[in-house]
Amino acid sequence: MNIKLLNLLDRNARYTNEELAVMTGLTTEEVERELREMEDARLICGYKAVVDWEKVDNTLVSAIIELKVTPKAGHGFEEVAKRVMQFPQVESVYLMSGGYDLSVVVKGKSFQEVALFVAKELSTIDSVLSTATHFVLRRYKEQDVELIGASGDDRETFLL
Amino acid sequence: MDYSKFLNPEVCAIPPSGIRKFFDIANTMQGVISLGVGEPDFTTPWKIRQAGIASLEDGHTRYTANKGLAQLRAEIAVYLKRKYDLCYDAKDEILVTIGGSEAIDAAIRALVCPGEEVLIPQPSYVCYEPMTRLAGGVPVIIETKAENEFKVTPEELLAAITDKTKLLILPYPCNPTGGVMEREDLEKIAKVLKEKEIFVLSDEIYSELTYTGKHCSIACIEGMKEQCVVVNGFSKAFSMTGWRLGYACGPAPILEQITKIHQYAIMCAPTTAQYAAIEALKNCDAEVEQMKEEYDMRRRLMVSGFNRLGLTCREPKGAFYTFPCIKSTGMSSEEFCERLLLSQKVALVPGTAFGKSGEGFVRASYCYSIEHIARALARIETFLKSEGIL
Repeated sequence: MNIKLLNLLDRNARYTNEELAVMTGLTTEEVERELREMEDARLICGYKAVVDWEKVDNTLVSAIIELKVTPKAGHGFEEVAKRVMQFPQVESVYLMSGGYDLSVVVKGKSFQEVALFVAKELSTIDSVLSTATHFVLRRYKEQDVELIGASGDDRETFLL
Repeated sequence: MDYSKFLNPEVCAIPPSGIRKFFDIANTMQGVISLGVGEPDFTTPWKIRQAGIASLEDGHTRYTANKGLAQLRAEIAVYLKRKYDLCYDAKDEILVTIGGSEAIDAAIRALVCPGEEVLIPQPSYVCYEPMTRLAGGVPVIIETKAENEFKVTPEELLAAITDKTKLLILPYPCNPTGGVMEREDLEKIAKVLKEKEIFVLSDEIYSELTYTGKHCSIACIEGMKEQCVVVNGFSKAFSMTGWRLGYACGPAPILEQITKIHQYAIMCAPTTAQYAAIEALKNCDAEVEQMKEEYDMRRRLMVSGFNRLGLTCREPKGAFYTFPCIKSTGMSSEEFCERLLLSQKVALVPGTAFGKSGEGFVRASYCYSIEHIARALARIETFLKSEGIL
């Protein structure tokens, strides 16, 4: 495992292996090997772009759904979590502490589509006791990336 | 109206930066990728900003003591001891100033009499020569060499010393060369300095930004503390350039006179900045370390990038600049920078901005994101190819 590499890729997954090598002081071969090992061990689970989808299509919506769930004996929350995560509309599923159990991030083409998905697919699951849907109105920061107000470089072009 | 009769000819005689015209072109062009800026791209760590805000909320809006807040001076003393093993008494050996710049100016004015010579190693930061002239001193340039990693050697020092020599400016870690003077190097010149009784003004503003070892101050060399003023500050280490805060440390009788100048010219350093700086010294080691690691990665990337392009670039051991050699292109520093700017819109600073001995080199700052640096290097590659050099 190489924390430095992970930190760099966490920031920008598109650095080339050559760049990663120079920045970490490893050889390109070492970087390739480390990455392969971390991918195999599922420390690195994927590489994705941070897209501001609102700019692509402003009708797209996402919502955070709070689920209260009856845990199954012997399976806890995992069984229902596994069921919920099968839906392609579901972007992420977390087990939460506090007032509810599962937090589910759902994406859809419209408010209605997401609302219907919750009503038809999530609330009908046996062990789901209740749902609460919170629509995302605006995303300011996503995965460490500022989506709004990212200020330009206001330093003077030259400062000796 | 002819204003020249009102102006001080000594001031008028100070040449404006020779490359001002070049800068002006760069500043008006659209889409320029600059590697020209000499200040951190990081915003001051939040803790420090918060401490500044809190001081305003608490109503600390008045002058502080001329020398600076007693608590800040005490923290500076603790910090210098734990970081560099420097021992200064917070009571009368530390003065808080408006950036390192004011400390340099006031120290030169306190030390140099008209006609006395001040040794200035170059390439180096641009203020030493004008400050010396304004104090009536005579700048004597020591041209440091790339093959010596731009360090001052005892031989160069001896050759420059005359019976009028008063002061040596020691600007390490060095802007623009990235050169550092290690303990052995300092010991060698200290011998000469002690023998010849030359006072030292050591500008250590980049002391936190050394990448291959720990910074060593000349004041740590046996017998040198008594013979030098150390200047440091918050701008580079803590990314606090806009707060304008630095300090000078030295023997009490010297500091007393520097403080006099400060007292009449300035009163005291900004109060809000002083409160913020206490937090910086006490609780921000981790933030400083993080910024340094980031600079280090960029440094490696840039050095390797220039070398790959055939522009020989030694490893800069300190500060946040690379100083690649462009002699292989057959162009002068200014010519290189101007053509690169006009052709590919990349702004570098010609080495000659930092003294004649900077000819053949350019300064590229790595106070930029990795993506920015990579884009600039790609454009430089295109430029070299279009010139038939690569």
